[in-house]
Formats: sequence, structure tokens, C-alpha cells
Amino acid sequence: MNVELRDPNTIMKLSRLGSFHQSKLSFLRSFLSEFKDWDYSRDLFNLDQNGYGEAVYSFKKKDRVYSLVCFANEIKDEERSDRVIATKWDAAFTLHDGIPSSADIKRLKDEVPKQEVGRLSFKELTLSRANKSVRVFNHVVESLSEGNQPDLDLISKVGYLYRTTAVYGSGKFGLADRFRIKNREEINGPFRLEMMLVYLVRQFTFDQVNHVAHYKNPKKAVKLDKQICKNLGIGNSTGLGMAPFIVNHPTLLNNWILSRETALKKIREIKDVDQKDAELFIDCIKKSLTNITSWNTDSKYQQNKIKSLLKNIRKFIDFIDNRFAFKKAEYPFNKIYLWLEQNVCEECIEYVVSIMMEPYNNIIEPLVSNMSSDEDKYFNIPTNRTVNELQKIIEKKYPNILDINFDQKESQQNFWFISKNKEEPRLADRFEEHGSELEQPLAIARDIKKLYEKLLIEKENLTIAEFLSSNSELRHVIRRAFIVEKFPYSEIQDNTIGKDIIPIDMLRLKLSFFGALKFDPRSDKWLRICMFQGAPLPTELKNYDEQWVYKASN
Amino acid sequence: MRSLSEIETAVKRASRAVGFSWGNSEEVGKSIRQLELFGLQGIKNLNQYYKDKITKKFEDLNLINEINEASLEAYCPIILGISFLDQIKSVEIFKTIKFKKIAYPVIFLSFLSRASEISGKKIHVRLDQNEILLNLNVNICSSFLKKEIPEFAYEIEIKFIDNEDNFTESEWNSLYKLAEDTFVEESDSLKQGAAGAGLTDND
Repeated sequence: MNVELRDPNTIMKLSRLGSFHQSKLSFLRSFLSEFKDWDYSRDLFNLDQNGYGEAVYSFKKKDRVYSLVCFANEIKDEERSDRVIATKWDAAFTLHDGIPSSADIKRLKDEVPKQEVGRLSFKELTLSRANKSVRVFNHVVESLSEGNQPDLDLISKVGYLYRTTAVYGSGKFGLADRFRIKNREEINGPFRLEMMLVYLVRQFTFDQVNHVAHYKNPKKAVKLDKQICKNLGIGNSTGLGMAPFIVNHPTLLNNWILSRETALKKIREIKDVDQKDAELFIDCIKKSLTNITSWNTDSKYQQNKIKSLLKNIRKFIDFIDNRFAFKKAEYPFNKIYLWLEQNVCEECIEYVVSIMMEPYNNIIEPLVSNMSSDEDKYFNIPTNRTVNELQKIIEKKYPNILDINFDQKESQQNFWFISKNKEEPRLADRFEEHGSELEQPLAIARDIKKLYEKLLIEKENLTIAEFLSSNSELRHVIRRAFIVEKFPYSEIQDNTIGKDIIPIDMLRLKLSFFGALKFDPRSDKWLRICMFQGAPLPTELKNYDEQWVYKASN
Repeated sequence: MRSLSEIETAVKRASRAVGFSWGNSEEVGKSIRQLELFGLQGIKNLNQYYKDKITKKFEDLNLINEINEASLEAYCPIILGISFLDQIKSVEIFKTIKFKKIAYPVIFLSFLSRASEISGKKIHVRLDQNEILLNLNVNICSSFLKKEIPEFAYEIEIKFIDNEDNFTESEWNSLYKLAEDTFVEESDSLKQGAAGAGLTDND
């Protein structure tokens, strides 16, 4: 049986993309899988009794070493901010390519804590900073120093000791350009080094909290229980910075979504499902309920989504427990998928799709290596093509976009811009704020429609080169239209400047591919998440349970 | 040191700020990144060009012919470069393409380098007295190594070089003969047993 890939005009809508969940394809999980047989070590741990100082952690295999260099600093409570405008953090980190010399550490000590205003070199691969969840960190220190383990309810509510407020890579602030390292086999997957940084930072937070508790009360202090450590992740606060990324990297976006869609197609095409695979799938679905019931947020929007997800997942469990027989059914995952489409919400469909991948390493692993993109290969516009061809591409690939009426005020209510103060993307009301004349080229739907309307009045056999000579303002979307012709999932099929846009849908899409859990919107423009909660500790990597995501006791 | 990614982003934004469309600005970002990768002074020249652009009037050439002469100060190297890229299929059939007066020709070179990759042919450029060879956007060879490329070029000639060997047949044969010294002369028994296939293919 041949199952068609799902229609991009359904999947690439923002509400659907904003319903995606982590899966076996997620970058933090593929990172753990790739680095499980590397040697982990803590090479330097030079903190004072308050936990301030330097530390170095590394992964090593043969001649290759990646070292996380950590700097923990004392800051005042009023200096601690999740906002990107902050200038001081509890800790700052960089992932160094190789073993850092003492001269490197001295140089990095001057630059890394400054973050955006510091300068890194081609020897550094990623850069980040993080703040303590002071409430949890202090509670854990107090408890451990008194010889007790911390209150699990509090730990579970927050889920981490530290949260990062940015993770930078790929040439930012002088970091190594991607092209310098792209041929390394172990990083043949997007954001792998960013994931490594976050994972090692998590271990640093455990070591630091143990260290501070020990010096507070050396005679009585105990170490944080390993099982509790495993159930702690690293938090992250994410704002609009992520949103333009998915618009600015169309072939990369395609490769992420296409991998997910290909996985689903192949799973739906399995005629007879092994009993053990069926059991693993059902087991993960049931155990994952803990992830939903422990998902805390003050956001009414997210609370409603969680409520609906929980209700729908229970409905689905009832279906597979009482009205579905894996053993008797041919193409059971296809039948399940069709049932989901008829009976549950978008959030639940995508949740179950993610879990369907769990039994199938043979399908997923080859797809992981297709999730990067050599974007420069698709940059040039095929200018010998004709206006007629481009018109047909747009009609075929953007049918819903062409239905939007951009003469209506609410269709172009917002505009994207870069803030002069922090050089970060922002979204504002076009009719109430100044600055729309400096709009970023992220209103793809509007500009595609504009392009289409211009094409309609041109001669059909005009070449794109001729068309461009008098329409250069549309060049950016002409490039995109020729990309979407080859890459069906490269474009968000929605209006990114409309009145009703929910920007966190764009963030959630990217974060789901990172492998984030427990999306906690703090407004429609930023959210908090948790990464690596439930993940094996570095010392356990050689032999860990691949389904750890669904087995955290939180 | 600035990374190439920083260079591309800053150039794109600066180009937009001086009035180019976003799509054209993306092209400039890619081109200047490439120049800097090759060790040529892309940022320096672009910066100076954008300063000159405020006071001088440069001409946009949107349709490239065999002979092109700027009637104003000089051709804008960016619009010229983008037009060259876009019209590569029609201009590569010309034997030579001549321009009179191009401002900041090194910026134009970056687009020609990309055009060389698209057309799959090396491009030979003469900028006044200096010669430059653009090799499929893999590198740029020039006689400018120790001197700066001038801000204006007055006589520019471009030739696409057909894909031909860079050596004579006898030079090749001489080298190939040496390579043959790594081969083993086959005896009858080696002919029988060492190959995977039979001696005849008539079965």
C-alpha cells in the first residue's frame, strides 16, 4: 500500500505546526544517540565555596574533543533577567573545539560572560548563558546541606535548576562558521553542538548545587539523588528570535518536516506490526500521560490546549484498549492515523504521530541524517524559466495564500522588525507603532500574493530574468517560490503578519524539533520550555533507555 | 575575526539600508561573503561604494549587450552583477563582453565568480591592465595579489573560456605513461583467473 505524504497546505498551517511535539527525530535525542559511545569527563572544576569559578566538561572520541567551558559568576538578584536585554547571568558557557589551553580559558573568561558584546573565535562552536531558578536552586542547596533530598513537588513544578536565555551558534559573535565543521560525521544533524552544550550545562548545574551544599555544611551534606537529577532538565526562555529562523531557512525547514512526514508515511505503510512494537507504542502512549498531567503553565491558551490534549489522548487510549486489535489489523498504524484524523484535535494527532516513531529505529535513523541542508545550493534563481511557469508554481504551492485579501487591514496588521537596541526580531502593530518602513522580509504570504498579481499582467513567455529587471522588489519571494517547487514543506502556509497570528506557534515548531517538553507560554510572544528532563546522565550514556522521555517520574 | 555568517548578514542589512531590495541585498550578502572567503577586500570596497553612492550618480545596467558603455559616472557594480547573474544564459553566447567604466569592479567580480559556477565555465576578465581568472566560484586568480583593485575600471573585457584542457596531449601522455608503471602486466593465468568476468562476452 502506498500512503501519500500529508498535504503541506494542512501541515504547514501555523496552528498545526504549533501543535508539534518532540519525537525520536528531535535533535536532543539524536544527539544522545550519536554521542552515546563517546568518553565523557569532567576535566576542571575550580569553583569557590559559593559555586563561582570555572569548570570544563568534555566528550572525546579518538582525536576529536569537544569541551564545554563554564564560568559561574555572582550576580545581584535585581540583575537576573530572562530578557535578552540582560547583561549579566549566573553562568555563561561556550563549547570549545578541542582541549582548551590555559590561554584559551583566560581569553574565554574575558569574553564569554559578556555574551553578545564579547568576541569569540573560530575555535568556539556555541555560546550560551543561563540563570538559576533561584527558588529551586536555593531549596536544593538548603535540603542537601541538611542531609535531606529536596521537595519533589517543588522540583517537579519547575523541572530544572537553571534556564538558558539564549544558545548561539553558526558564526554568531565570531563563533566558527558552519562550513568549517559541516563535514564532521558526528554533527551531521542540525543543532547537534547546541544540544551538546545544553546537555553538559545540565550536568554542571548538578555538580554546582552539590558543591555549594557541601561547602555550606561539609559534615552533613548529601549529594542530589541520581534519580532526581535525571528528572531535572534545563529550562529555556525563548522569545521571537526563533521565529524568523524558520522563515529564513526554507530548505532546512523542509528537511525537518519532510523527515517527520516520511517517517509517518513509512509507519502507516507497515502491513503487519510486530507485537513487541505495538506494545512499545501503547506503553509509551500510556506512560506519556505523566508528561501531560505534570505540564504546568499559567497560560490560559496553553491550559486549554493541554486539557483538550489530555481528554483526546484518553479517548485514544480507550479506542486502542477496547476497540482496536493490533494483531488482527492490516496496516494498523494507517488505521490508527485515519481514526485520529476523524476523532481528535490537531494537538493530539501530532502527539500520537510522534509516539508512533518510537519502535522504529530502522525508519528513523536514516532520516536523521537528512535533516541538515546545504542551503547555498538552492540560492540561485533559475532566471531562464518563464513567468508562466512561476505563475503555475504559485497556484499549485500557495493556493490558500492566494485566497487572503491583503487589502483588509487585519490581514497586514503586524510587521516584523529588528530592534536597534538588541538586534533582535520583534513584531508590532503596523497601524499603531512606528517603524513599518523598516519591515523585515518575513511577510511571505503578502509578497507572494503581490508577485502573483504582477505575474498575471505580464506576458507568459517573459523570462524571469526579464521580469526581474523591472521587479527587483519581489526577488526574495521569486527565490522562495522556486525553492518551494522542489521542497514542499519549505514554506509556512499562513499569514505571518495577520491580526490573529500567534507567534509562539512558530517558536513551538522549532522547539519541538529541538526536543523540548512542557511548553509554557508567558505571552503570545515568548515561552519557557524544558530540555533533557528524564534524560540519562552523561555517565549512563553507554547503555540507556531510548524511551526515557516517556518515563520521567515528574 | 568576523565570521562569514556575520559578514553576510551585515552586508545584507547594509545593502537594504542604502536602498536595494531585500532580494538584491541577499545577493550582495552572498557575493561579499565569497570575496572575503577568497581573501579579497569585499567589505572595504562595498563600504566605500555605499559612501560614494550618496554623492555620485551611478548607472543601473539592466540589460547586458556585447558592448556596454556607461553614460553617467560609471555602472553600479551591484545591479550590473545581478543582471549578469540573471542573464547568464543569454550573455554566455557572446564571444566577448565589453564594458566601459564600472565602479568598484571587485564587487562586480564577486558576481562574475558566481556566474562562472552557474555557467560551468571559467571566466577571464581584463580590468584595464590587469587580468583575472574566475574558476567556477572555487577561487579567483589575479595579478592583484599585492596591490589593491582600483575604485574604477575604465576598460573591462569578459570572456567565457570553453571547457578545455589546460595542457597539451603530449604532456598528458607523458604523465599517463608514468601512471602506467603502477599496473601489472597480465600473464595468461592472471587473464584467466584474476578478473571477475570471462574472457569473452559472447555468451
